[in-house]
Amino acid sequence: MKLAYWMYAGPAHIGTLRIASSFKNVHAIMHAPLGDDYFNVMKSMLERERNFTPVTASVVDRHVLARGSQEKVINNITRKDQEEKPDLVVLTPTCTSSILQEDLKNFVDRASMDSIADVILADVNHYRVNELQAADRTLLQIVKFYLQKFKLSNCLQQIKTTKPSVNIIGCVSLGFHNQHDLAELKRLFYDLNIQINLIIPEGISVAELKNIPKAWFNFVPYREVGGLTAQYLKDICDIPFIDIVPMGIIQLSNCIRAIQNILIDQGEKIDYSSYIDRQTRFISQSAWFSRSIDCQNLTGKKAVVFGDATHASAITNILVNEMSIKVVWAGTYCLNDAEWFREQVKDICDQVVISDDHALIADLIAETEPNAIFGTQMERHIGKRLSIPCGVISSPVHIQNFPLSYKPFLGYEGTNQIADLIYNSFTLGMEDHLLEVFGGHDTAKSLGSTLSNKLLMDWSPEALEELSKIPGFVRNKVKKNTEKFAQDCNVKQVTLEIMYRAKEAIST
Amino acid sequence: MTSTKNIKQTNNLTFECETGNYHTFCPISCVSWLYQKIEDSFFLVIGTKTCGYFLQNAMGVMIFAEPRYAMAELEEGDISAQLNDYEELKRLCAQIKKDREPSVIFWIGTCTTEIIKMDLEGIAPKLESELNIPIVVARANGLDYAFTQGEDTVLAALAQRCSQLKSNDLSSDYIVNHKPLIIFGSLPNFVNKQLTLELANQGITVSGWLPSSNYIDLPNICPGDYVVGINPFLSRTATTLMRRRKAKLIVAPFPIGPDGTRAWIEKICEVFGLEPKGLEERESRIWSSLEEYIQLLKGKSVFFMGDNLLEVSLARFLVSCGMIVYEIGIPYMDKRYQKAELDLLQATCIKMGVIMPKIVEKPDNYNQIDRIKDLKPDLVITGMAHANPLEATGINTKWSVEFTFSPIHGFSNSKDILELVTRPLRRNSSLPNFDFKL
Repeated sequence: MKLAYWMYAGPAHIGTLRIASSFKNVHAIMHAPLGDDYFNVMKSMLERERNFTPVTASVVDRHVLARGSQEKVINNITRKDQEEKPDLVVLTPTCTSSILQEDLKNFVDRASMDSIADVILADVNHYRVNELQAADRTLLQIVKFYLQKFKLSNCLQQIKTTKPSVNIIGCVSLGFHNQHDLAELKRLFYDLNIQINLIIPEGISVAELKNIPKAWFNFVPYREVGGLTAQYLKDICDIPFIDIVPMGIIQLSNCIRAIQNILIDQGEKIDYSSYIDRQTRFISQSAWFSRSIDCQNLTGKKAVVFGDATHASAITNILVNEMSIKVVWAGTYCLNDAEWFREQVKDICDQVVISDDHALIADLIAETEPNAIFGTQMERHIGKRLSIPCGVISSPVHIQNFPLSYKPFLGYEGTNQIADLIYNSFTLGMEDHLLEVFGGHDTAKSLGSTLSNKLLMDWSPEALEELSKIPGFVRNKVKKNTEKFAQDCNVKQVTLEIMYRAKEAIST
Repeated sequence: MTSTKNIKQTNNLTFECETGNYHTFCPISCVSWLYQKIEDSFFLVIGTKTCGYFLQNAMGVMIFAEPRYAMAELEEGDISAQLNDYEELKRLCAQIKKDREPSVIFWIGTCTTEIIKMDLEGIAPKLESELNIPIVVARANGLDYAFTQGEDTVLAALAQRCSQLKSNDLSSDYIVNHKPLIIFGSLPNFVNKQLTLELANQGITVSGWLPSSNYIDLPNICPGDYVVGINPFLSRTATTLMRRRKAKLIVAPFPIGPDGTRAWIEKICEVFGLEPKGLEERESRIWSSLEEYIQLLKGKSVFFMGDNLLEVSLARFLVSCGMIVYEIGIPYMDKRYQKAELDLLQATCIKMGVIMPKIVEKPDNYNQIDRIKDLKPDLVITGMAHANPLEATGINTKWSVEFTFSPIHGFSNSKDILELVTRPLRRNSSLPNFDFKL
């Protein structure tokens, strides 16, 4: 047993449902107790979905516990088959119902005899994989199932498209800014004169999977989902793939060059270097921005980064190599991808953190006292408690991470978006100088209401007043440093004089 | 105004039961309001990642405020009995005791502890004496219960602890001219006070509340004491109080809406042989303060999909407001515990001259949506899973969960209910009509 208050990645069935609900006309049935269909609430709330989420539960109740599901699961599958006429029904247990060890495979086989839809059982172990791994596996399972089916019926489209084309694999519902990233990727490939053959799975029907082999290559924008499918397609259909995350200017150009090489290998005569140059200089503002005077103040600022492997590694790269910010530590909760992550960031930050324990991350942040945090919603709240600004760069997310306006993280527009996010997370320029001269501007609030920790030492009224003038987000730090200084000097009371001396001592 | 086609006219309430394929919250969600209510408690939910994920997302920002709740997340070793439940729980509870110093730890059993048959009730007394802290076990699982019934299981378990704490010396403090009355059901403290005051105006003293805002202040319940519920989902608690504590249950409508509140107080007065004073005036004053909302609701139709067991009481109130109720979906219907409420619903329908609604237990959401498409009600009260998709087809919805998290009891909070119910209607009349499709 583990005492847990919070988890970064959800249970396995969420991953399966995210894949199933990304496809068009695929219905998922959960073999689950009442109340486990919370996925529908998230889908409908976070994505503000207009359609009913194609997920229903075959409810496991006391009777099922006593006698087994018997015909219930089969009836629910065939019923959905008639009501919704889906192409595919995916049956998935949850953590709970998976320990019932009912022969769900048998139910699936029997139900598929009576239904027009294909029926498969999501093949994931609920105690060994998390949401993201399960999504990766379920996507592979569905693609594999249909490739084999189409192969048998001889309708697999083997001939490549005449012009270069690509499959984008791994854009999934409830993904962090996935919809916007997808639009940005479409634009990128349009610019590169590459046709988009398929986007898997977002928005396609399973019948379209027969066109997979027509693509010249596969593109996997995120580490977490799609990798297994791309590897399978390379092994089976000999389709090469690129899995460089196109986030940030440097990685983008690496990514485009890799695409170039793949196409040259297949006989195309192309050169994308002028495109990269043009985009970097004119479309993306971030390269120029990081050289501008405004951005100079960022130099050497301390940041910490935490999130999924894709976003945390890419943001670390951007902070260090594109904006000369010091990343004290970078971390991920994707324990299964630790090695890859370490490889990506080990040379550009002081420490690599691999953990899914939010308390440990909170302690690390408190210890590090960075100028800004880039993390998930959890880190945002940790930042709030410590008065450290935080930019949210990765799921788990809230509804505000499903913005209405166009906010991709990938591609050239993504670089602008990220630059804004980073810049706005730091307290900069004038604000910074105001802090330096102690006065600040945020003096409206009274001392008592914003000073969370109680004073450890006696403060003279003048010193207290001075403290109250310091802007809220650094006040605690100033207070702590001053008290420490006073203690070191064996002083009983913090006076204005001590305060200034402390400041001098710290700044020299 | 809606037509009433397809609805058969009857003079009796009709009861149906469907497949039970409906959306609701898992009963462990009761943790989110009970840990706030019982201030010296700690809730340990013994379950899997699925339970944790639900709580984490359903509780929203509460989760960041260091709640007095945690998951005891079961791992593969726990499921396959490679680890010893007793030792594991001892380790976790010792840590909780050290870090948080609660007066009581609640163990919330889940579906998983049911399936692997973890003997929580057996382990708890042993650990209780070993760690020297009360441990209360409640099986709030999705195999047996829906949403608010979670609170019922917790209060039923708590009821067993009531008289072990102190001797019955309450009555010596002040003069009570009737048998002790204990009210059960968790409410925000200010609503407790409002209802206590309403009864005090009738000369009735409330001897205690189950739950109290601190575990150590649990009321004493002796054989022969009277108990009354304030929520329709507390049938197990009522049964426990009657059978185990030998208390007498006052079966009354629930104090939701001015009509319900008055009927609730009148019933208590009747049991104690007191003549209600000034209730009629009080009720009509509340009604007149609601006039503005009632104008909006009159003649409009409403459909309850059913997920929190408050449905019958809310439907009865809305009929009083002049609405037509097509269907009352409800997870579970205890006709004995809710008898007075059902009678009042029937009487209200006759009084208002509207059709008797159909009560559908264990509804089937798919079929319901079919019926909603046919009936086109002016308002559907439903869970968040269906709200946006229904809005997208042009049907007004109100998120049902808000009724469980808002103060809705007593005379003074009737306005809050109508504030919630009319919000979609007010919102839509304040939005412009576009000459293009959304």
